[in-house]
Amino acid sequence: MNVNVGMADLMSLAPELFLLGAALSILMIDLFVSQQRRGLTHFLSLLALVLTAILTLRPHTEEIRVFGGMFVRDGAADLLKVAMLVTMAAVFVYAKPYLRDRGLFVGEFYVLALFGTLGMMLMASSANLLLLYLGLELLALSSYALVALNRDSSLSSEAAMKYFVLGALASGMLLYGMSMVYGATGSLDFGSIHGAASLAYENRNLLVLGVTFIVVGTAFKLGAAPFHMWLPDVYEGSPTAVTLFLASAPKIAAFAMAYRLLGDALGPMALEWQQMLAVLAVLSLAIGNLAAIMQTNLKRMLAYSTVSHIGFLLLGLASGTNDGFAASMFYAITYAIGAAAAFGLIILLARNGREADQIADFSGLNQRNPWYALLMLMVMASMAGVPIWVGFVAKLAVLKAAVGAGLLWLAIVGAVFAVIGAFYYLRVIKVMYFDPPADPEPFALPDDRPFRILLSINGLALLGLGIFAGPLWAWCLEVASR
Amino acid sequence: MTADWPLLSLLVWLPIVGGALVLGFGADRAREARWAGLVVALATLLLSIPLYTDFDGSSAVMQFVERHEWIAAINAWYHLGVDGVSVALILLTAFCTVLVLVGAWESIEDRAHQYVASFLILEGMMIGVFAALDALLFYVFFEAMLVPMFIIIGIWGGPRRVYASIKFFLYTFLGSIFMLVGLVYLYLKAGNWELAQWALLPLNATEQMWLFFAFLVAFAVKVPMWPVHTWLPDAHVEAPTGGSVILAAIMLKIGGYGFLRFSLPVTPDASQEWAWLVIALSLVAVIYVGLVALVQEDMKKLIAYSSISHMGFVTLGTFIAFALVREAGNADAARLGLQGAMVQMVSHGFISGAMFSCVGVLYDRMHSRMIRDYGGVANSMPWFAALFVLFAMANSGLPGTSGFVGEFMVIIAAFQANPWFAVLAGLTLVIGAAYTLWLVKRVIFGEVANQEVRELKDIDAREAFVLCAFAVAVLLVGVWPAPLIELMDASLAALADHISAGKL
Repeated sequence: MNVNVGMADLMSLAPELFLLGAALSILMIDLFVSQQRRGLTHFLSLLALVLTAILTLRPHTEEIRVFGGMFVRDGAADLLKVAMLVTMAAVFVYAKPYLRDRGLFVGEFYVLALFGTLGMMLMASSANLLLLYLGLELLALSSYALVALNRDSSLSSEAAMKYFVLGALASGMLLYGMSMVYGATGSLDFGSIHGAASLAYENRNLLVLGVTFIVVGTAFKLGAAPFHMWLPDVYEGSPTAVTLFLASAPKIAAFAMAYRLLGDALGPMALEWQQMLAVLAVLSLAIGNLAAIMQTNLKRMLAYSTVSHIGFLLLGLASGTNDGFAASMFYAITYAIGAAAAFGLIILLARNGREADQIADFSGLNQRNPWYALLMLMVMASMAGVPIWVGFVAKLAVLKAAVGAGLLWLAIVGAVFAVIGAFYYLRVIKVMYFDPPADPEPFALPDDRPFRILLSINGLALLGLGIFAGPLWAWCLEVASR
Repeated sequence: MTADWPLLSLLVWLPIVGGALVLGFGADRAREARWAGLVVALATLLLSIPLYTDFDGSSAVMQFVERHEWIAAINAWYHLGVDGVSVALILLTAFCTVLVLVGAWESIEDRAHQYVASFLILEGMMIGVFAALDALLFYVFFEAMLVPMFIIIGIWGGPRRVYASIKFFLYTFLGSIFMLVGLVYLYLKAGNWELAQWALLPLNATEQMWLFFAFLVAFAVKVPMWPVHTWLPDAHVEAPTGGSVILAAIMLKIGGYGFLRFSLPVTPDASQEWAWLVIALSLVAVIYVGLVALVQEDMKKLIAYSSISHMGFVTLGTFIAFALVREAGNADAARLGLQGAMVQMVSHGFISGAMFSCVGVLYDRMHSRMIRDYGGVANSMPWFAALFVLFAMANSGLPGTSGFVGEFMVIIAAFQANPWFAVLAGLTLVIGAAYTLWLVKRVIFGEVANQEVRELKDIDAREAFVLCAFAVAVLLVGVWPAPLIELMDASLAALADHISAGKL
């Protein structure tokens, strides 16, 4: 492969290159910043995200492939990247008061998260198995380290270890599957794999085996049942600020990975992976929803709820149509926004070094602070898929794609589990509105104004995107049509 | 006729936005919140008057139509419009909401601003249900209104409110989610969500059957029909008075309205084929649930069961139309049945709202809903007793009250389909009279039960206003139902024509 890197190639990579430079600079600058002025790191990191988003949104021609076709910049990549960057910005804003209260307000959080973001962006733009893997590992390694950010907590260390071992296993499987796909098609390039897969007859079995391992690896990263075991422990064990990170933007990245691998590369194998995804979807919906009912810890509950949401996302992917990819993309993006708000609210309640990760901590929130109770109600209603909130539109999109692809039974299973899932979201609303306050003290709001404003916007966005769902859906549909 | 200004949008969004603003008053300014809420509700009621006066009752086409693009990706439109049936139900909604807010003026102390806001938001969503011509928009309002009702039952309800509210939510959510799958199927088939076009969409017998059952589950839970009615007694008993009134007076009607808007036009042949099932369930509701009402010891539960029994007439009148129009070829009788069902819906809205308000009046004083705690209330509350007896008479279908008109029309229609239906349905007049009058006897008349009853104060002006408004409505529809029937006549005649043709 003869790669000539020209100025034009580099310009297409401008957002990634800028983010890399920014992350490295922040790493250096942070060394010279005293703890009192750590806010500078925070500010610079946010600025880096915003500028990267602006660079990403810079208009360009239809589709650009650079670095010998390894890196692709198309509409889907742009949309996914912008969604990741916006979510990451929310993560930084929400994380700040939490980190500061716990003595975790260190530059590493920002630098690691920025590197993770870079990994996510590479995943969204990859057109080659190696680049995808590179991006994935960049994200994964940053995440492992972030989970262990609170070194003194045995719970965090345990979660990090678990995450690392299982994550490495998943990466291994993915790599193994990639090697088989390479063996069967003779190429690492998604386009060539796509072409070869539609013609491959003698290597069919090897290719199917490769697809299986790739699906397993992807399911691991997404957190789909039965490969979800790491999720609840990692969510519970991580500092909430890190859980917030893990639950939001990386889900978009995991979707991007599935989108690139299953759609761009292995599209001709759709008949095979559709069935696998359908099984994974049903299992995720069942296990996620049923296990979530039994949780008393909100972070664990949200972890299982993530599993069930991944089930819905897989429902869209399993359709295998453009419509399905668009629906899943919509689902992933809106889910990340909802998850960010949910964990933001948990952080809001976790004041003075106390965690507020039990469902009971939300008791009587309506009497203590009606506005944030209303926001939590909106987040929960959106996740439960009650109309007018965006969660409903996302579920509708996925159901429509599934029914459109002839997977009526799968849509019905999804619908039934949506009702079962509604129960545990309702329980949170019940605790906030119907129960007397656990802590009769009036609620001390954090003095972090950007945090409060962004959280309110985030909660209202779930409503706004639900009522005016048209543009985002149209955008997803436009970029996902191949 | 199209409105020069978006009247329906105003009716939908004024209460919702008003409710959101009322929330801003906070718990400390309950008085202001109540007044602001009342002003919004009255403004909505005033705005709904042109809906009636400017409505052309001789035409079956949708009026006051508004249509804007909503979600282009799936061709969903913000499409509002009303026919006679919707106008009647929207007026009922606006009317009841005002009375509910007045009725709860003093009894709700805790978080009054949220109470008022919940009812206003609920009102907007219910009007949205009645005005939506786009199936997705209908579904959005249909589901979203569960949230304020859930909150109303859960915060201001009785001791088992949490159980009742969650049961209410999950029951209705489960029912409607199948409908959603059905709607998605129809959308993929038709390429749009327009109810008017779905009515013309060719569907084969199998498709119609599945869709019919998807709709049946959703609306049967809402009505509720036997045997999926069990959430209703719980919800009614635990809900605060206002919640019970809205639940009985309007939310149940949405089920009946759904049959009229979805099952009949979209799946006419399956509706015909399975009409026997709905008729059988309706008759069970009318008779068996009536008998269940007879043995209740809790006044609210008794009225709740009575509601189920009376709603049986609505489903009976709706589905009897098939037997008449298809098998007997008697389109006039079919129309009569549909009209009877609709009049029964409106009338039951007034009567059940009034009955629950009456129980609320007693509960505010005695904090008990048990019949055995009362007796001889007429001695200490003569005015209240007079009104209560009037509503009880209406509930048992006394001629001259609204309760008689709808039931009588349905029975006449049923007689032409099958005299046995009429005989069985007619039994309700006996059973209904039995449980209602026995309730009156035990609560209102007889010896004064205890000291507390002796010291009861009669209704004050505010309560009198609420009950008298209901009483006027009940009597008006009872003695002069013509305007109501004429309002809906053209729309129902068109529907009867439509189902007589079928799709196969």
